[in-house]
Amino acid sequence: MATAMARPCGEFETNYRGDQRVFPSRGSAFWVVGSIVILALLPLGLPALLGAGNVALGVIASSAVMIAALYVLKIYFGVTMGNVLAIAIPGAALFAMQPDGLTPYWTDQLILIGCYGVAALGLNILVGFTGQISLGHAAFFGFGAFASAYLSNNHGIPVVLSIPLAGAMTTLVGMIVGIPAARIKGLYLAIATLASQFILFDFFNRAEWFTGGSAGSLAESFTLFGWYLGSADRYIYVVLFWVVVMYLLATNLMRSRDGRALVALRDHYLSAEIMGINLTKYRVLSFGISSFYAGIGGALYGHYLGYVSVESFDILLSIQFLGMIIIGGLGSIAGSLMGTGFMLMLPEAMETVVSVAGSMGLADTTALITALAFLKEMAIGLAIVLFLIFEPDGLAHRWQLIKAYWKLYPFSY
Amino acid sequence: MADTTPVLEIDHVSLRFGGIKALTDVQFDVRPRELFSIIGPNGAGKTSMLNCISGRYKPTEGRVVFKGQDITGRSPNDRASLGIGRTFQNLALFGHMSVLDNIMVGRHHLLKNNFITGALYWIGGAQKEELEHRRKVEDIIDFLEIQHVRKAMAGTLSYGLRKRVELARAMAIEPDLILLDEPMAGMNLEEKEDMARFIVDLNEEWGMTVVMIEHDMGVVMDISHRVMVLDFGKQIAIGLPEDVRANDHVKKAYLGEEDEFIEALERETGDLKEDA
Ligand SMILES: Nc1ncnc2c1ncn2[C@@H]1O[C@H](COP(=O)(O)OP(=O)(O)OP(=O)(O)O)[C@@H](O)[C@H]1O
Ligand SMILES: [Mg+2]
Repeated sequence: MATAMARPCGEFETNYRGDQRVFPSRGSAFWVVGSIVILALLPLGLPALLGAGNVALGVIASSAVMIAALYVLKIYFGVTMGNVLAIAIPGAALFAMQPDGLTPYWTDQLILIGCYGVAALGLNILVGFTGQISLGHAAFFGFGAFASAYLSNNHGIPVVLSIPLAGAMTTLVGMIVGIPAARIKGLYLAIATLASQFILFDFFNRAEWFTGGSAGSLAESFTLFGWYLGSADRYIYVVLFWVVVMYLLATNLMRSRDGRALVALRDHYLSAEIMGINLTKYRVLSFGISSFYAGIGGALYGHYLGYVSVESFDILLSIQFLGMIIIGGLGSIAGSLMGTGFMLMLPEAMETVVSVAGSMGLADTTALITALAFLKEMAIGLAIVLFLIFEPDGLAHRWQLIKAYWKLYPFSY
Repeated sequence: MADTTPVLEIDHVSLRFGGIKALTDVQFDVRPRELFSIIGPNGAGKTSMLNCISGRYKPTEGRVVFKGQDITGRSPNDRASLGIGRTFQNLALFGHMSVLDNIMVGRHHLLKNNFITGALYWIGGAQKEELEHRRKVEDIIDFLEIQHVRKAMAGTLSYGLRKRVELARAMAIEPDLILLDEPMAGMNLEEKEDMARFIVDLNEEWGMTVVMIEHDMGVVMDISHRVMVLDFGKQIAIGLPEDVRANDHVKKAYLGEEDEFIEALERETGDLKEDA
């Protein structure tokens, strides 16, 4: 929302079409598409492939491939060479750090960020854009995972199709939960969604035909016309595809009729009603859309792990989802992904700090490692509180400020 | 005024909140392309009257008839597509949306795309529709001279500009009847003159029927075709501006002179308030 900040003098368009593009400026479009290109190149392990044993040569060769790709984008978007370099340099550094393709660790992290990131975006549409609240998002995430596993296991539906179908089924469940939400607000709505979290959680435990009960259920691997994409280094592309599609759909939604209606509902529901917006319909719709995202995210998650079990979808995850969008920025599409990344990387970063501290003899590692489990939980809580106090607009807003700072340097405005 | 079938008929409308009589047996009609003003002291029930027309309140008694159709029971969100738009006394913009988006929300009932075609944007015509309506919105922006704040967040604008954006949003509904609740309150003289000019143009060039509440008697008497005076929820006068100005009850309601009629009204509402 706060995108105007990065364009100090504005970017002037000569027609309305130009003025209503997906991205607020050509620069930001280039950045996003460029980052996706680099992300898509990384898992291929180009340096090892092209260098034939010589890592330095491989990094140079693969950087050349990357720069060529970015150059095509530069021409298409009409940005400066500075923009290309600004993302090519970190890109080359990543190639150097991960010459054999992404390490399993990073592949795993990115896939998880993708799965949770799709669901977090859904919650942001509900909470950030529509101004509702939900403490039951994890249950919808779980429902998507179980539904997709169920469809592919019991009805022989290929995973490619069971993922969107699971999304549709979750939408229905979400809308049913959303019906009372059309009448209640604030604390009461929070409690009602909390109730739906527990009801669904209980349902997962009991409905053995659907979820395998407390034993959980297996989820098939992803294949596309017989082509196996189940391994992490391939599945990452499936997730990347869905992330791009879902984020693009959300961006489009928010710049068209119904998306505007949701924001209008949040900002001033009385005048939204006078503008012809049916409050009940849009409140329920918002729940439906948010559940669709949760369902898709959950389905992607289930087929990645290959095994879906009830415990992963408890109230704690619901709160983590809220944390992600608060940290990323309520009402920010890009922020949803940033917040998810932050939230998932935080415990990992702490682990790294602890092991480094231990190896340098700065701390008693064994004691710290036992404490780590608690520290991780606390750090997440602390991060949410600190963000609420110091950065209520989230990472997305901070990012805008940093961009504006660089563009305007050395002037402050 | 050739066509004299009224756009709006207020048929013996009363409105009570518990014991408070906000409106008592109000009856008037508004003719096509008329600029009709409602005046009265604070708490007279002017906003309540508009709320009955826009559907925010449902009259306790009586009917609201719009273009020959009884709309008393229709929901507020239906009334935009019927052709009623309004602005609010206390600003009611969507503060975190751009001015452009605020005005586009006014076109909600005119847009056909839903959340699916909207999300697909390029496929299914949402983009085309957005562009067509953007053009219409730009006409309104030009008319109200708010080009320079198009992309600004509505919540960051000055008071006078916000009032103007609110008018723009109501105009975007393309209503036959537009209800303006104190469009000039809190404005300086220059802003008031601009706003008065916009309202006259709105009425004469855009052909909208206007019902306006306003405290500034100078402006009201200047631009209105007819004026109705409310006091304590009762209609104490209605007619041409000069007749209303000359009306004894009105003089007294405004100048605070003693008047038996007004005092009787006061006693009546006051007693009821104590009962509640
Ligand atoms: N929702 C409500 N609940 C209870 N009383 C109300 C409500 N809305 C209005 N009233 C009462 O109805 C009476 C008329 O109020 P209204 O807002 O219509 O006055 P007004 O003429 O618009 O005054 P102002 O010039 O101050 O805007 C007041 O006594 C007010 O307290
Ligand atoms: Mg009022």
